[in-house]
Amino acid sequence: MAEATQESSRKVADQGRHQTGGTGRPEQAVGTHRSEWARKPSGPESAEESTPRRVRRIPGARPALGAVVPLILLLAWWLVTDVFGLFSSVQLPAPQDVVAAGVELHERGELGQHIAISVQRVLLGFGIGAVLGLAIGSLLGLSRIADTLLQPTIGAFRAVPSLAWVPLLILWMGIYEDSKVTLIAIGAFFPVFTAVYSALRHVDPHLVEAGRAFGLHGVRLLTTVQLPAVVPSVFSGLRLALAQAWLFLVAAELIASSMGLGFVLTDSQNTGRTDRLLLAIILLAVIGKITDALLGLVERRALTSWA
Amino acid sequence: MTTSASALATPRAERASDAESPAARPAATTGSARRSLPVDLRAVGRRFGERTVLRDVDVALRPGEVVAVLGASGCGKSTLLRAVGGLDAGHDGRVLIDGDPVRPFDERTAVGFQEPRLLPWRSIRRNVALGLPRGVSRAEGRDRVDELLRLVGLAEHAELRPREISGGMAQRASLARALARRPGVLLLDEPFGALDALTRLKMQDLLLDVHAQTCTTVLLVTHDVDEALQLADRILLLGADPHEEPEPAREGATVSRLLDVPGERPRDRASAELATLRGELLAGLGVDAHEH
Ligand SMILES: Nc1ncnc2c1ncn2[C@@H]1O[C@H](COP(=O)(O)OP(=O)(O)OP(=O)(O)O)[C@@H](O)[C@H]1O
Ligand SMILES: [Mg+2]
Repeated sequence: MAEATQESSRKVADQGRHQTGGTGRPEQAVGTHRSEWARKPSGPESAEESTPRRVRRIPGARPALGAVVPLILLLAWWLVTDVFGLFSSVQLPAPQDVVAAGVELHERGELGQHIAISVQRVLLGFGIGAVLGLAIGSLLGLSRIADTLLQPTIGAFRAVPSLAWVPLLILWMGIYEDSKVTLIAIGAFFPVFTAVYSALRHVDPHLVEAGRAFGLHGVRLLTTVQLPAVVPSVFSGLRLALAQAWLFLVAAELIASSMGLGFVLTDSQNTGRTDRLLLAIILLAVIGKITDALLGLVERRALTSWA
Repeated sequence: MTTSASALATPRAERASDAESPAARPAATTGSARRSLPVDLRAVGRRFGERTVLRDVDVALRPGEVVAVLGASGCGKSTLLRAVGGLDAGHDGRVLIDGDPVRPFDERTAVGFQEPRLLPWRSIRRNVALGLPRGVSRAEGRDRVDELLRLVGLAEHAELRPREISGGMAQRASLARALARRPGVLLLDEPFGALDALTRLKMQDLLLDVHAQTCTTVLLVTHDVDEALQLADRILLLGADPHEEPEPAREGATVSRLLDVPGERPRDRASAELATLRGELLAGLGVDAHEH
């Protein structure tokens, strides 16, 4: 329970002490603590939630607190560059120069294109990788035969550092979109696959047995017991996969591309435009954070109805 | 508590196939035929690896009978129950339900597990509904679940999730789920173990009501001698083989005693006859009755 106390209201922590349907088993620990902070007390109980943490009393206090450190960093950046001039503009340009670089790129109509193409690659690659990860992870997690047959192969592929595929992908598919999306899909596949596979392996056997005892089998057992039980782990896998997707995007665009945020990075490095370089990094951080937050929203909704 | 078990006794379709053709529904006859089935255990045993837990359990449950299983912790009570419910294919001997060998996860039985085993992501109501047999119409299912929730005192908490309720409430929900099935054989593994004394008495009464109305055969595992005396027609004491006393030659529990409990239910807890039986049972469990 310790990991849940920070995030969860005291009420949820109290409930955790009660014996429930066997969810306290160690192999479900990850899912349990994730789902607890995401759960909103529902129905008649919510009125009783009268002991929120101090931070929660003011609406919007959490994001505001989270912005404190970035603002301090921004201030420090501004001080060491613009105010005290400790760095040359090639070493570290001032914040307003970075903004100006962004405005300039935008006025030339390039900024939006770079962002759009990068986001498109990430979403495509992430989508393909995640769907395959879900499908193959479920197959191996549920079927002993498929597991015995395929697990060694997939394990071997996983052992290959994914960037090692780059030369082969370029050889096969050229330097165009296909090879980049494929690389990102490879990066997104393994976290999802691993999460689904191991979560399905560790679904509380007591619950599965209870499901069977009440007449469930096959697809109905899967949708009633096994899949809902793994929803929390699947979402941790998906979020990890999304982070991987961005990582592989940059890798793919650094190696060979004429557009995208990764291209802005290499291009700025070659032309000595540190301001654009920083711009690209900041954009990657912001967009990455936004996509993660969106996925987090979906996760929250899923967890309130499934966990 | 005494008049409210009506929903449990309402006639219903017995098999999914019957439900499709309303004409083939002589509710009263098929109803009672399905609801209490005889169970025959013949030389049932269970070994886990080298270790024998149960052996040579021979007992025949009559239809509609309540048999309590008593025994020390770890002696194999749950193991026996699992064999009867078709949850454990690894046992020796034969288990016959209504003359047929028990099937895997036999749909003629319903199990109230020792742990509540509720699905954490479902409300209590939807957990109880999981027990409904196939072929029950939506409306009838809803009525039955509502009725059961009321009977076990969870109507107000129906929309909560398992982790929002207490251990005792979870156990009552689990009992309701088993009852929703209206099985021919009801298998209950310490269904009242986590309840406070007062709720426990209420739930015992509830079980007797349900039994009076549905006449299902009940195999009830318990730790509690008084509970067994109060609820059961017969008490099966699992333990050492009486023929081998005082030195049990072989490992594994078997039928140590099989006692008839005298008197109609509800029984007077203070009756002298029961007191004698209680002493015997406690002695059989290895407890000195005078200390209690
Ligand atoms: N799957 C298993 N593998 C190995 N041993 C098992 C298994 N299941 C049960 N046992 C053993 O069988 C014995 C009987 O277990 P069981 O759960 O039937 O006891 P019980 O009488 O129900 O005990 P309690 O009253 O504490 O619930 C125990 O000693 C246990 O170690
Ligand atoms: Mg037990």
